[in-house]
Amino acid sequence: MALTFLKQAARRPAEPSPPAAQPAKRFTWTRLAPYLLILPAVLFELLVHVIPMIVGIFMSFIQLTQFFITNWSAAPFVGTGNYAVALDFSGPLGWQLVRSFLITLGFTVLVVGISFVFGMSAALVLHRLGRGRGFLRTLFLIPYALPAYAGIIIWKFILQRDNGLLNQLLVDGLHLASERPFWLIGGNAFVSVVVVSIWQQWPFAFLMSMAGMQVIPEELYQAAAIDGASTWQQIRFITMRMMKPLNAVLLLLLFLWTFREFNTPYVLFGPTPPEAADLLTVHIYSSSFITWNFGLGSAMSVLLMLFLVVVAGLWALWNRRVNRDA
Amino acid sequence: MKPQPFAAGVSAALLAVTLGACGASGTDGETGSGDTAVTLTYWASNQGASLENDKEILTPELEKFTQQTGIKVKLEVVPWSDLTNNTLAAAVSGQGPDVLNIGNTNATTFQSTGAFYPFDDAALQKIGGKDRFVASAFASAGPAGSPPTSIPLYSQVYALYYNKKLFADAGLQPPATWEELVSTAQKLTNPAEKKYGVVIPGGTVNVSMHFSYIFSEQHGGAAFDAAGKPTFTSPGMIKGVKQYVDLVSANKVVNPSAAQYTDSAQAAGDFARGDAAMYMAQTSGINVLTKNGMTPDQYGIVPIPAPAGGTKISSFVAGTNVSIFKNTKHLDAALKFVAFLTSDEEQAILNKSYTTQPTVTGANASFTDDQEKLDAFTTILAEQAKPLPLIPGIQAFQANVGGAVVALIGKAATGTAVSEDDVKAALEEAQLKMGAS
Amino acid sequence: MREQLSFRIFRWVVLVPLAIFTAVPLYVMVTSALKPLQDVRGDFQWWPTNLTFEPFVDMWSTVPLADYFVNSVVVTSIATLFSVVIAIFASYAISRYRFRGRGVFSGVVLSTQMFPGVLFLLPLFIIFVNIDRSLGFSFLYQTRIGLIVTYLTFTLPFSIWMLAGYMNGIPRSLDEAAKVDGTTAIGALFRIILPAARPGIIAVAVYSFMTGWGEILFASQLTNSDTRTLSVGMQSYATETNVYWNEVMAAALVVSVPIVVGFLILQRYLVSGLTAGAVK
Repeated sequence: MALTFLKQAARRPAEPSPPAAQPAKRFTWTRLAPYLLILPAVLFELLVHVIPMIVGIFMSFIQLTQFFITNWSAAPFVGTGNYAVALDFSGPLGWQLVRSFLITLGFTVLVVGISFVFGMSAALVLHRLGRGRGFLRTLFLIPYALPAYAGIIIWKFILQRDNGLLNQLLVDGLHLASERPFWLIGGNAFVSVVVVSIWQQWPFAFLMSMAGMQVIPEELYQAAAIDGASTWQQIRFITMRMMKPLNAVLLLLLFLWTFREFNTPYVLFGPTPPEAADLLTVHIYSSSFITWNFGLGSAMSVLLMLFLVVVAGLWALWNRRVNRDA
Repeated sequence: MKPQPFAAGVSAALLAVTLGACGASGTDGETGSGDTAVTLTYWASNQGASLENDKEILTPELEKFTQQTGIKVKLEVVPWSDLTNNTLAAAVSGQGPDVLNIGNTNATTFQSTGAFYPFDDAALQKIGGKDRFVASAFASAGPAGSPPTSIPLYSQVYALYYNKKLFADAGLQPPATWEELVSTAQKLTNPAEKKYGVVIPGGTVNVSMHFSYIFSEQHGGAAFDAAGKPTFTSPGMIKGVKQYVDLVSANKVVNPSAAQYTDSAQAAGDFARGDAAMYMAQTSGINVLTKNGMTPDQYGIVPIPAPAGGTKISSFVAGTNVSIFKNTKHLDAALKFVAFLTSDEEQAILNKSYTTQPTVTGANASFTDDQEKLDAFTTILAEQAKPLPLIPGIQAFQANVGGAVVALIGKAATGTAVSEDDVKAALEEAQLKMGAS
Repeated sequence: MREQLSFRIFRWVVLVPLAIFTAVPLYVMVTSALKPLQDVRGDFQWWPTNLTFEPFVDMWSTVPLADYFVNSVVVTSIATLFSVVIAIFASYAISRYRFRGRGVFSGVVLSTQMFPGVLFLLPLFIIFVNIDRSLGFSFLYQTRIGLIVTYLTFTLPFSIWMLAGYMNGIPRSLDEAAKVDGTTAIGALFRIILPAARPGIIAVAVYSFMTGWGEILFASQLTNSDTRTLSVGMQSYATETNVYWNEVMAAALVVSVPIVVGFLILQRYLVSGLTAGAVK
């Protein structure tokens, strides 16, 4: 996303003002203006994002454990020692990090994929619906508008073993199981966190898809209909094609957000989640805050960030090729 | 084209307003803390049945302190789940309350951070000297040889609570050995009616560590060797952990749902409702059960039994200590406050309200009118409680072993049998993590 | 337009399950909020048999929900206001000026989308504490201001990106025409750009508000009992002896209604605002 945006910006130089023929060095208010305009944003970004980030990266190179947290300057510099521990896949910490990474990857692919399909399908069928459209659209958007913790807490109730709706339905209603299964511990926890995340995420995909479809000119469909194109052909050749750039952005955004998801596993399982749902952000949170090894936790976070940067970079390359071909 | 500067000027002005406005509202804080009106900030731990319950108990006592000394106390009751985290935050940042409670299991870990005021002999004199304190409680304040950074406030031990009516109806006696406990529990378990022999807070990390420690001591295992190195895979440790997990796994006397209890109070609820016949909890369980509508005459208390032939250890010396934050600007006032909290009079009042045991010899345990229960707890504390090792890695021990045991219980509850090898593997991993971190 | 049968079947195959999937949790929330405690403790009941409004009364005393509510409203509204205004200025600069450092600024702002929160949580908190220490009073750490500053910055990158995209879509000929008529650049921003970008601005405001209202991680570390917000405070219902599921559901309902209603009213702006940034 970052890159498309930059690219657009570069491609579309602001022609009108200020005139390009500005004398180079002379100070004018006009030259200063853009800097003053971005100044507040720059200051806040520095304070809250950039400087803490740099400090965080620095932390990943020192042995910041309980013995040194009150006096950082005494913490020994360990170079890449924390990274070595995090990436030592034969040790328990490295191995758990890999497991957590793979779980998170699986989680992200499932949540993003299913949310995207749900969102796109719902937008497609609603786009052409007359009556009931407003109602369904409103209903579908509610989970997105709901504060994250409210939605997750409702699910936590539904997934309770003894008094939850799901087990009532499965065991007493449908008789699919005799023993009440657990949904918040054990292997099922993964299913739970995926389902809850989809419930929260898919409306965003729906919203974006719907927005994208609205800007496709109606004449295109009419022309296609006159040419005898079926509904499916119209969807395939007009809707899908026109939606391509938006879908690319949507998928990247969903991926970045879902991969970093913290609220859902944290509210569902607390700071020590079951193995099957040990998502990276909570894993790192526990590694830093529960076992008090901030150096190691920071190293893991930096690795997570590098991965996301690589994903975004690959996406940008792919996107550029797609755009060039188009 | 002069105009842009104006827009930019507006945005700069906006920034100034932001900062200015923030500054203005920020000054409402505690700036004017001169000598005339000292206000201490006190983080109390959640000792009562709820945070509200704590406020009700503490507020009148704090008012008494203000009357006596003119020092005001701003009370904040912090749930245990947040207390360690917040204390850590305070230690990292150097910004914290003046006085705070800590779990005594954490005393050594916190001492190692250097963020807390060490009570040297002079400071100890100001609170009446260390001889005023019960020796076992004071020993939990920190490793011998260095001035402790915390002072014991409330003492507790674990005991086995049993439901008198359920036992009487089934014609059973309270168990004297672990084997008896298991067989008794099996007789009282009837999953069809949702009745179980024992309830444990299976999802609670710190309690899982507590029981791992107690049961491994019963089997002669030790979590750490003399040099403070973890020995989690010693045979005794493995047997001890297995004994605990087996309640869910092999013996099946615990409602599997208890594997999700992340707070020991949730287990208290099951016991109070009569859904579980036995419940292993600390002294303060009396207060928690009362708040849940179960009166002390409805249950009896015995030491948690050891296996036949095992070492008779049924608890460690649990409890809550009070610390002074090193960066406090009101050290004298803070010392006065600690002296107040540990005075004979307040010890009697507070420990009665919380149903815990006083940490000073000058106050008698009076948490219940039931002499039998008082005696049981006093005996456990005196004869069957072994202090936890006083080493800085205790917090990591809790996180790693407690976490491993929670996972094992989860596995057992979801229907997988947990073998000795599973326990060993889990403990091995926990031990490796101790080394790595 | 005529639709094929297969598409009509597809429509119902999509809509019915999705409607059920979406609606059931909402139904659970509303009905459970109307049940007495013993009815949410045993087997789940689809139909509330003993209707009661008590959870809506009791929820205020079980935890200090009103305080949390006020904190959330104050923090989120102020953060949203500042975030939107700052984003308008910054995106105006990006959209209408060519200046040295523009690329770097845009790049840095957008790369923050890849920062994991856990990495800079502790540093941020230490920076706040140190600022407070040098000022000599509580300014940022565990204050509403600290949380406001944090939230407004969290939403800035996405807001700037969205608004810049939106402003790029507003033809420059409009500003030019205005300037020919003697309007200043600030005049152009206020008279031409802002009205034309209104959907984008509303979309950004809705996004900022929702982000702040639901944030948990930083709220849990950067607040104390006086400044705690709903997202953290709501979890207090479950830490005590009983899990008051009926009160939890009542509280969830009450804290959701204002934001859901606001969202639904403003959603059409969100739709057009969101796509402008992405497609144009």
